[in-house]
Amino acid sequence: MNSQLRRAVAMAAVSALGVTALAACGGGSDGGKSDGTASKTVTLVSHDSFAVSDTVLKAFTEQTGYTVKVLKSGDAGTALNKEILTKGSPQGDVFFGVDNTLLSRALDNDLFTPYEAKGLDRVADEVQLDAEKHRVTPVDTGDICVNYDRKYFAEKKLAPPKTFADLAKPAYKDLLVVENAATSSPGLGFLLGTVGTFGEAGWQDYWKKLEANGVKVVDGWEQAYNEEFSGSAGGKKAGADRPLVVSYASSPPVEVLYAEPQPDEAPTGVATGTCFRQIEFAGLLQGAKNEAGGKALLDFLIGDAFQEDMPLNMFVNPVVEGAKLPELFTKHGAVVDEPATVAPATIADKREQWVRSWSSLVVK
Amino acid sequence: MAGPVAFFAVFFAYPVAAIVGRGLHDGGTWQFGRIAEVAGRPEILRVLWFTTWQALASTALTLLIALPGAYVLARFDFPGRRLLRAVVTVPFVLPTVVVGTAFLALIGRGGLLDELWGVRLDTTVWAILLAHVFFNYAVVVRTVGGLWSQLDPRQEEAARVLGAGRFTAWRRVTLPALVPSLAAAALMVFLFTFTSFGVVQILGGPAFSTLEVEIYRQTADLLDLPTAAVLTLIQFAAVGLVLAVHARTVRRGESTLRLVDPSRTARRPRGAGQWTLLGSVVATVLVLLVAPLAVLAERSFDTPGGYGLDYYRALTVVDSRGATFLVPPVEAIRNSLEYAAAATAVSVLVGSLAAAALTRRAGRLTRGFDALLMLPLGVSAVTVGFGFLIALDEPPLDLRTSWILVPLAQALVGIPFVVRIMLPVLRAVDTRLREAASVLGASPLRAWREVDLPLVRRALLVAAGFAFAVSLGEFGATVFIARPDNPTLPVAVARLLGRPGELNYGQAMALSTVLMAVCAAALLALERIRPDKTSGEF
Repeated sequence: MNSQLRRAVAMAAVSALGVTALAACGGGSDGGKSDGTASKTVTLVSHDSFAVSDTVLKAFTEQTGYTVKVLKSGDAGTALNKEILTKGSPQGDVFFGVDNTLLSRALDNDLFTPYEAKGLDRVADEVQLDAEKHRVTPVDTGDICVNYDRKYFAEKKLAPPKTFADLAKPAYKDLLVVENAATSSPGLGFLLGTVGTFGEAGWQDYWKKLEANGVKVVDGWEQAYNEEFSGSAGGKKAGADRPLVVSYASSPPVEVLYAEPQPDEAPTGVATGTCFRQIEFAGLLQGAKNEAGGKALLDFLIGDAFQEDMPLNMFVNPVVEGAKLPELFTKHGAVVDEPATVAPATIADKREQWVRSWSSLVVK
Repeated sequence: MAGPVAFFAVFFAYPVAAIVGRGLHDGGTWQFGRIAEVAGRPEILRVLWFTTWQALASTALTLLIALPGAYVLARFDFPGRRLLRAVVTVPFVLPTVVVGTAFLALIGRGGLLDELWGVRLDTTVWAILLAHVFFNYAVVVRTVGGLWSQLDPRQEEAARVLGAGRFTAWRRVTLPALVPSLAAAALMVFLFTFTSFGVVQILGGPAFSTLEVEIYRQTADLLDLPTAAVLTLIQFAAVGLVLAVHARTVRRGESTLRLVDPSRTARRPRGAGQWTLLGSVVATVLVLLVAPLAVLAERSFDTPGGYGLDYYRALTVVDSRGATFLVPPVEAIRNSLEYAAAATAVSVLVGSLAAAALTRRAGRLTRGFDALLMLPLGVSAVTVGFGFLIALDEPPLDLRTSWILVPLAQALVGIPFVVRIMLPVLRAVDTRLREAASVLGASPLRAWREVDLPLVRRALLVAAGFAFAVSLGEFGATVFIARPDNPTLPVAVARLLGRPGELNYGQAMALSTVLMAVCAAALLALERIRPDKTSGEF
């Protein structure tokens, strides 16, 4: 290229960058700038489902003087793996959203600096899976359970299933849709629930029964719930014919919340004997630039304000005793007394092997 | 050439090399033994075989169905032509989650085919192939049609006068001239379908798996970097092979052509045969492309209280119920347009520089560079995304949480389009025209402006439209790059679909319809840019 053309190109480049810069300003985005105020900002890295009310974050700033910057980093597994890859030069100070299916991977990789959050004494013992070292702090729990379409079972005068064993009965033939355990977190949770219930020796036999009973496997929650499940808005429009789906215990209250006008009874119910409990943790990242701010944020995450704000934002349950649940949850939610559990270390060791066996059993 | 090479080195080659290197480098030594170990697994070979044959079948089917469309849109002048050209590109921007919905309404239970003939194609390979045609129809129409509309029809007429039959004239005159752009379209469709992810997962069901799906799982879910690295190398090898075949085809077929202004080649259809052709193309577009889109639009108006705008109204307010969004969902339109504007600017700038460099030089090095430009289409988004994360993490290039990384990642996919669409046209420009201009005293820049620009302007606009559409619908980069929360349209749609509740579903459908409208409007606006006003823009 000759000099004149090069000059023209340079001009074009400058103008293109100008456009970009203008757009960047217009977007009100933060171009990763660091100045003297950095120590007054604490950065929370989380998955895409993280949500919190603005007022609650403002209250934190008023209490502590720190402003919270939230970075969303993909789904739960992806977000965690990114932190493991960038260990030592993390993108933030606190990471929220490691659940019990991924906990061992996070701990084995030494991702977190131990810190005992203030107020941990009010958190139930059974969710404190790292009570010795406090590398992670439990923040919320949620249950993955089979949901049923109330209308379908009322019309058929059939009692909805209650337990894992019920699902394999002839009365419920061809009614259940589940997610792929290899690619979907509720799918994996449901598989782990069956492992926890029937043991390592028995879960494969159970799935053979489910298979014989016409279980349908689709790729992800969106497809299972919105396309195949007859109890959802999308499913009704698509003429879906499966009244049982693997979803969450909090799905029925959410169905009520997002209906106009709000019905007296949720259109869906929960089979409370088909649940696997997920516990979500937060931790202070190794190499955090703002450790003091990160610790203050961890204290705040198990404080009443944040705990009581979570249910209607992330549709999860608080872990702090005495945190009030909104009426929507107490009225339409299900109480799961005995969820299935599997030890995090066992999950870490066997997960891939289980998923592989499951795939060859069910996905053909 | 230096500019584009540097761009690719920093934003593509370096990150990908970093992540592959991390996977193969263990305890201070290179573990090349892993390559044979992973590549020898029977399930990996099965996945590779399926990936390849479905991509080949999808490419053949797309060419077969879309070529008549390319001809009609290039050569016929009829009312609604511009609209049709914009509409065929709309599928390109839709998130696969939504396309799954639309397609199931067409070919799934109780869908159109089920109603008419009792045929259900979901969870079959046909669903995957048809969805690939749906996505890539525009690639063929725009890439091939762009050149076709500029071929001088008088050459074919001359052959007819000399006694050639209609088909012979087309085969001997027009077809050879089209080979480069046909090859370019085939290559792009192949690369897109070879790295298909969402379509295969959603429409094929869990029984089908492609290399891309495996790489995603090994990287994002299992963090098994060694396996992911080997799979990436296999992907590289396959894509490299295809690029080599493509380069050979094109080298044999390129020649200088007489290009004319597109407005001179389009005529109103004459005679029953041409009207039938036009009718059948319009019918194909209606059934295959418009029907799935119409399903989404219909569901966005279908509220419990009858048809209405309730879901659209809900998009304009901040929902106090749950903090899904801190701003009204319609804000996502602005975010999307900003990203798309930046990505288009980068794509057009880097892409046209690269295309200009590739036009003027020949040789092994140049060919290698040409192939390098195409590679991002054939490499998994998760590989590039994770590569960014470990490669661009130190000053001066700590861009991990920077806004600019998203449009840059999107431009990696946009640039190949710009290059592939412009190159056949640029190479067809007769160098003697440039020489004549120079002899008459024009500076090279002026010669380029007066000779090349008028001829490539159409291609440039088509290319810009594509780069824009790529960015508008792109989902991967925006997910892999940690960012403060300002969701783009596809991200917002996915978020709404990811929660229970009738209002969320309705809003997701409404926002998808908005996304389609934004895309169509932007492309129509691009179509209308008048030649005499563009000369100062690039």
